[in-house]
Amino acid sequence: MSGPSTYVPKSGFARWMDSRLPLARFAHDTMLSFPTPRNLNIWYAFGAILTTMLLVQIVTGIVLAMHYVANADMAFDSVDRMMRDINYGWLIRFMHANGASFFFIAVYIHMFRGLYYGSYKAPREVLWILGVILYLLMVATAFFGYVLPWGQMSFWGATVITNFFSALDQVTPHWGSAIATWLWGGYAVGDPTLNRFFSLHYLLPFVIAGVVGLHIWALHVPGNNNPLGIEVQGPQDTVPFHPYYTVKDGFYVALFLLIYLGFVFYAPDFFGNPDNYTPANPVVTPPDIVPEWYLLPYYAMLRSVPQKLIGVLVMAGSLVTLAFIPWLDTSKVRSSRFRPMMKQFFWIFVLDCIVLGYCGAQSVDAVRFGVPLVWAARVGTLYYFGFFWVVMPLLGLIETPKPLPASISQPVLSPAE
Amino acid sequence: MKALPLAVLALLAFAPTVWAEDTIPVDLSEPLPPKTQTWSFDGPFGMFDRAAVQRGYQVYKEVCSACHSLNRVSFHDLGGESGIGFSAAQVKALAAAAKVPAEPNDKGETYDSSGERMTRAGIPADHMPAPFPNEEAARTANGGALPPDLSLIVKARNGGPNYVFSILTGFGHKPPHGFTVQTGKYFNPWFPGGNISMPPPLTDGAVTYSDGTQATVAQEAHDVVTFLTWASDPKLEQRHRIGFGVMIFMLVLSGLLFLSYRRVWKDAH
Amino acid sequence: MSATTADEPTRRDFIYIATGAVAAVGAGLAAWPFIDQMNPSASVLALASIEADIGAIAPGQQVVFKYRGHPLFVRRRTPKEIADAKAVNVADLPDPYARNSALPDDAPATDANRAAHAEYVVLLGVCTHLGCTPTVSTPQVPQGEFGGWLCHCHGSQYDTAGRIRKGPAPQNLLVPPYSYVSPTRIKVG
Repeated sequence: MSGPSTYVPKSGFARWMDSRLPLARFAHDTMLSFPTPRNLNIWYAFGAILTTMLLVQIVTGIVLAMHYVANADMAFDSVDRMMRDINYGWLIRFMHANGASFFFIAVYIHMFRGLYYGSYKAPREVLWILGVILYLLMVATAFFGYVLPWGQMSFWGATVITNFFSALDQVTPHWGSAIATWLWGGYAVGDPTLNRFFSLHYLLPFVIAGVVGLHIWALHVPGNNNPLGIEVQGPQDTVPFHPYYTVKDGFYVALFLLIYLGFVFYAPDFFGNPDNYTPANPVVTPPDIVPEWYLLPYYAMLRSVPQKLIGVLVMAGSLVTLAFIPWLDTSKVRSSRFRPMMKQFFWIFVLDCIVLGYCGAQSVDAVRFGVPLVWAARVGTLYYFGFFWVVMPLLGLIETPKPLPASISQPVLSPAE
Repeated sequence: MKALPLAVLALLAFAPTVWAEDTIPVDLSEPLPPKTQTWSFDGPFGMFDRAAVQRGYQVYKEVCSACHSLNRVSFHDLGGESGIGFSAAQVKALAAAAKVPAEPNDKGETYDSSGERMTRAGIPADHMPAPFPNEEAARTANGGALPPDLSLIVKARNGGPNYVFSILTGFGHKPPHGFTVQTGKYFNPWFPGGNISMPPPLTDGAVTYSDGTQATVAQEAHDVVTFLTWASDPKLEQRHRIGFGVMIFMLVLSGLLFLSYRRVWKDAH
Repeated sequence: MSATTADEPTRRDFIYIATGAVAAVGAGLAAWPFIDQMNPSASVLALASIEADIGAIAPGQQVVFKYRGHPLFVRRRTPKEIADAKAVNVADLPDPYARNSALPDDAPATDANRAAHAEYVVLLGVCTHLGCTPTVSTPQVPQGEFGGWLCHCHGSQYDTAGRIRKGPAPQNLLVPPYSYVSPTRIKVG
């Protein structure tokens, strides 16, 4: 990929195959000899962790689909049957349910890492945008998946999210409602909705796997960014991916799985909502509707706006904004290590996302420390957009970056860092 | 090791007196936080106390099942590896003693000449028979309120076992001044809103335990909640056992990977 | 990796091999739940035995029950059908073994070994060729030459004791494990 291939076929068959379908050469160049900056830290292991989690989700998901019944009258029972009856069904279902949460934990760390080290900047814009697309696909897949157990939160979550589209009624009357009806296949969320969500939930992970292929391709053309954010200058700055990063990533993947499996076995309902153990009831809404934790910041932004259409637009805008980051950041320097102001704004942004998530989890009229949370969410929403649309472009003009090191191998080798 | 459960039981026996009437707060816009209990299934090594869970089944069968179904649990669940310690023969006898709705007979009838639903003796594969044939019948018999199915009740409530225990032992307090108990309802400050349709289900001596345990309200509640937690999560013991092995394995694997990582990277510096 | 140093190959190799071995063992153990989930579940196993009321079957009639997802034939034979079955010389049969779950594998395929009570034959209605359900023969609508059953899929013919007489099926129809709870009620499985 980057640079000429170093693959040398060793046997007659390997040579024969190499001139017809060079699979071995491809694997060698992308996974074994691929020159990788030698200074990647723990935060760069999350790509491997995400790949692992995607695999876990696909394998457990295929198994669950063997026992799941996509029918409004039977879905809840079929999931309950997995938990009580199917051999190891409880394990596979808890792996899948908690796997979704840990997939998002990993993707958020991966995204914050990209933000901090400027991994979206030229020449990695396409890599970043593919990542944003992956994230959106993950959100869609997780949403469809959460509907399938057909508990109270499944049903009312689906109702609330699909009703976003009815906000379009305020632009062109009846169009939004028509879209919602089309999504439901009826006058409300029901059996047809469940069936199409199941179909899409099974389809999208394979789309994700395909885009992951593109994402890795787009990574291998310019090569990895690194914590210093400076270009690789020669072989002294890199190590071959195998064994250096296979074993390093392997170690971090094992640590991540350790924590993940700890939740699977000892706190399997930690990320869940008790209401989803009550079968869907279309005539009773649970007192507190909350989405899964990984969508809470967006939920807070939605609720912080008192006008329906604008609320939906703000939420959609917060996602779309991510795709523009490569051009919003005007700085010449990638890594926040050398950007003293950016560093501070970045950590405030992380805090902002946590505050928004907290606001999203509380009831609409909650007050904490004398502050109505809806106002906290409004400030948080303003900072979210302000960070990307004002701070990022401005900082590139006013910030004075610290001096950059001459090369990757120099700070690693010198004792002074 | 014997002393600890005994001490817990002794504490439990006095639990209802902990909330004396005058300590019920005046503001009940939020229900009281659930009473925290010690459970045999707590913690990473928690297992169901066999005697308690079997006593709890007795309480369910003799008290709760008059109004509450347990639709997702079948008789064969009571035996086997993830059961509550009944043998195959005991499970068969328990099932046979239950009357389950009969399948249509040769003439296609499910009701006899006097209009009664025909029943047959249960088999281990049958689910626990429900007290009412449908939701409407259940509501009619309970003044419009629906006694929820208990199969997942512990998982389906915030606070889990502590919440269910608090509801069961939360009766008999004097409502605070200005609080109205609605007609046909009962005051229970642990229930959202404070007005619950369920009359106090447990009384001292409501059941007679064959193992000599004294059947106080707190004891009955503790036992039945243990049983209902099992009903909600019958694989808990298997989960805890396998989980322990998996944790050990992952620690060993992580350790070895760390050593390999250090060895490989020694060359790079 | 730079060339393996000759100084300490043993310890280095040990750590790599141990890591790889532990990971491989883990992958193997982790595979088991994903394989075992396809085995019959607890509730399916709980249904693995049935009881059937056979008192109402008229002579010459067959009633089909369902046992482990397969048809279970219970046929009440007429005296003539019993006599026909008993008249057969076991040595002439394509499959001389009883194929009765309650008997040893080498028990001969006599009529007495096929039906515990001569009046009733209890058979798994699964053709031993490729698993289709054979059709019962009656005097009004004969199926095949032997008065027993004919499998329409590939023409296997069974006699009134369910023994293969003609056609591609290799074995007699299987007699499942069953016992009489009362003279008119059997427990299968």
